[in-house]
Amino acid sequence: MADLTAARPGIEDIRQQYTAHTQRKRLYGGILLAIFVALMAAGFRTADARNAGSFADGFTRIFDYPAEVLAEASQKAAQLPGHVVHFFPALVETLNIAAASTLVGAVFGTLLSLLATRGMAPWPALIPLFRRISDICRAIPEIVIALVLIFVLGGGPVPAMIAIAIHTAGALGKLFSEVNENASLKPVEGLSSVGATWAQRMTLGVIPQVGPNYVSYALLRFEINIRASAILGFVGAGGIGYELKNAMSWGQGRYDEAAAIFLLLFVTIVAVDQLSGILRDRLTHGAKA
Amino acid sequence: MTTFDTTLTPAELKLDISRLFLKKRLMGFALPAAVLVYLAYVFVAFDVLGLWEKASLENARTLVSDSYSYKTHVTRDNRNGAVSVSIEGERKGAYPDGTAPDWVALGEAGETTVIDLEDGHSVTFGPETIEYAIPGYGIVRATPSRSAGVQAELPAGSVPEWISVSKNRLAVKTGAGRLTVTRNRAEVFRYFAGWELFFFTLDSPYYGMGAGELLQRAATGEAGAIFQEFWTNKMWRHQDVAWAIAETLLMAFLGTIGAGIIALPLAFAATRNFMPFRALRFAMRRLFDFFRGVDSLIWTVVLARAFGPGPLTGALAILVTDTGTFGKIFSEALENVDRKQIEGVASTGAKPLQRYRFGVIPQITPVLLSQLLYFLESNTRSATIIGAITGGGIGLLLTQAIITQKDWEEVAYYITLIILMVMLMDWFSGWLRRKLITGGSGPGKRKAVKGQEGGTFLLP
Repeated sequence: MADLTAARPGIEDIRQQYTAHTQRKRLYGGILLAIFVALMAAGFRTADARNAGSFADGFTRIFDYPAEVLAEASQKAAQLPGHVVHFFPALVETLNIAAASTLVGAVFGTLLSLLATRGMAPWPALIPLFRRISDICRAIPEIVIALVLIFVLGGGPVPAMIAIAIHTAGALGKLFSEVNENASLKPVEGLSSVGATWAQRMTLGVIPQVGPNYVSYALLRFEINIRASAILGFVGAGGIGYELKNAMSWGQGRYDEAAAIFLLLFVTIVAVDQLSGILRDRLTHGAKA
Repeated sequence: MTTFDTTLTPAELKLDISRLFLKKRLMGFALPAAVLVYLAYVFVAFDVLGLWEKASLENARTLVSDSYSYKTHVTRDNRNGAVSVSIEGERKGAYPDGTAPDWVALGEAGETTVIDLEDGHSVTFGPETIEYAIPGYGIVRATPSRSAGVQAELPAGSVPEWISVSKNRLAVKTGAGRLTVTRNRAEVFRYFAGWELFFFTLDSPYYGMGAGELLQRAATGEAGAIFQEFWTNKMWRHQDVAWAIAETLLMAFLGTIGAGIIALPLAFAATRNFMPFRALRFAMRRLFDFFRGVDSLIWTVVLARAFGPGPLTGALAILVTDTGTFGKIFSEALENVDRKQIEGVASTGAKPLQRYRFGVIPQITPVLLSQLLYFLESNTRSATIIGAITGGGIGLLLTQAIITQKDWEEVAYYITLIILMVMLMDWFSGWLRRKLITGGSGPGKRKAVKGQEGGTFLLP
């Protein structure tokens, strides 16, 4: 005891130690920050050097193209409604690709997630396998499958749909299995005690519990898939992206068409975002009575 | 409430309940039926039946067989009788003049060359005539000449479907290989499994060496040279591929982190608790919505006009789109911060900047970091896609390989690399997230973070 009191550090010591500690912490933080900034700067310089046009040049020209498009579109403003009507079927195709692939992906995602959740999987030994399958499905960018399928099936909406559906199945499979983990297993046990098959246990015991969350995630995915299907159209899979590519390759003189497509795409994305936002809010927090 | 209504008789109650059940049952059928009807509509709208006819099985077969095998071409120039051997028919894979793999017995120009296709199949390039001996069928002879086209002699009987003969062309396709004779040249394809020349091309001194010998040589000071040969492989271009992957990762990194850095200060201006001016707050929110609503496709197209193809364009496209998304997420997180911490910091006499630094930032760091890392992974995938459009990174290499429609083994290689890259990023960002946010503690704590993530999570 006497030792302890003798060695007790004075306030001065504590302050010194504390200051040293803070300084060391600050130093490490500073070094980390410096490394990070250096990494960013080096990355930027590399990207700039490997780009066709440099940042400094391009920066002044960012608004040239939008300005040209807008100028031409406003010149031919009278034709804009006509273009919007003309491109509407392409937009519907893009939406169909997104909706169909979300539906198909959600079905497969549900299966994958049920097969990969402990307590629900019919073959517990295969859980890691189904997890890896959904990881791989998720890791493949849509464009990869779409391009390969376009070679085999020819251009059109189906390759895009399959490609997006595969990615969606993987992504939803992961999200759904997280939802499943929070679901109660008691209904499943009850059902199995009365001799229900696996399919019955899942549809009657699990799906009603997780349904709202599933739908909410699927809606979120639908938003993303609209963007994805527009992009895939750009590489030849039909829909509004394909029309955009065509309109752009016509170049000057047809910018009014490009403007109409930009407008359609923008309005659709914002509208779907808002709608699904409201729907998801109702699904997760219940209807506001 | 109706269950406690005394005026209800059991019969009425039963009716009520059965009506409810009917409604539920109808819903149970109506929903899947609606989905089915929609899918049927899509089936018609996408013209799936027409597509089935259009689909090319031939393409599918080449794609699949090419992706795991390679073919060696043995070509005889019919004008001068010279025979050359090359892998995949490319100059980069050509055997040096006068050399050939051991299944080709090369003759001098104008003399006989015998190609052994195994299982009894063999092709002979004679001085004048080309012969293909097919076990169980007979010998197919073809004599090409400038004047008379290709004169083919087949064994008696009807021509099988795997042989096609016309005046100027003979094509034989068997399980062992393929022979095509035209007026100007005769060509034999033999298929092998695997990716040939993956490590070293034919002109490299290390071609055909076993792993043991290579290791031995590497140990005796040739490691640099061996790596150089591998790195500059003309067929598989490992150097370019590595650069392409680095470019893709760079796009994702610059785009995501840049968006985070730009969005954080802007997000303060879009919150109810930090921005007193309503007009500015409203404008900021609409700006974020605009950045998000104009899809990354449009940003990519617009930015590619200004900056040209390359990784910088891709990085900027990701940056602009994600600025909108991050702005929204961060401002939501900022609206949920606890005032007490800020008051506590303020009570010690902190200046406004210090109040933000020590009162606000520590509260939102977990959300901020987890979103940044989450997007870093998802943007690796986006960067591949954007690269395919603007022309940068592994996306560009992939589209180029697909457009040529013959290097499917390269396509398979790139796809494998892309999947590995994305999965690695997924694992890395998950690991870093756990490390940074929970300090690598037990699973209970981890779960709490997961729930919190679910709340603020916007775009997977």
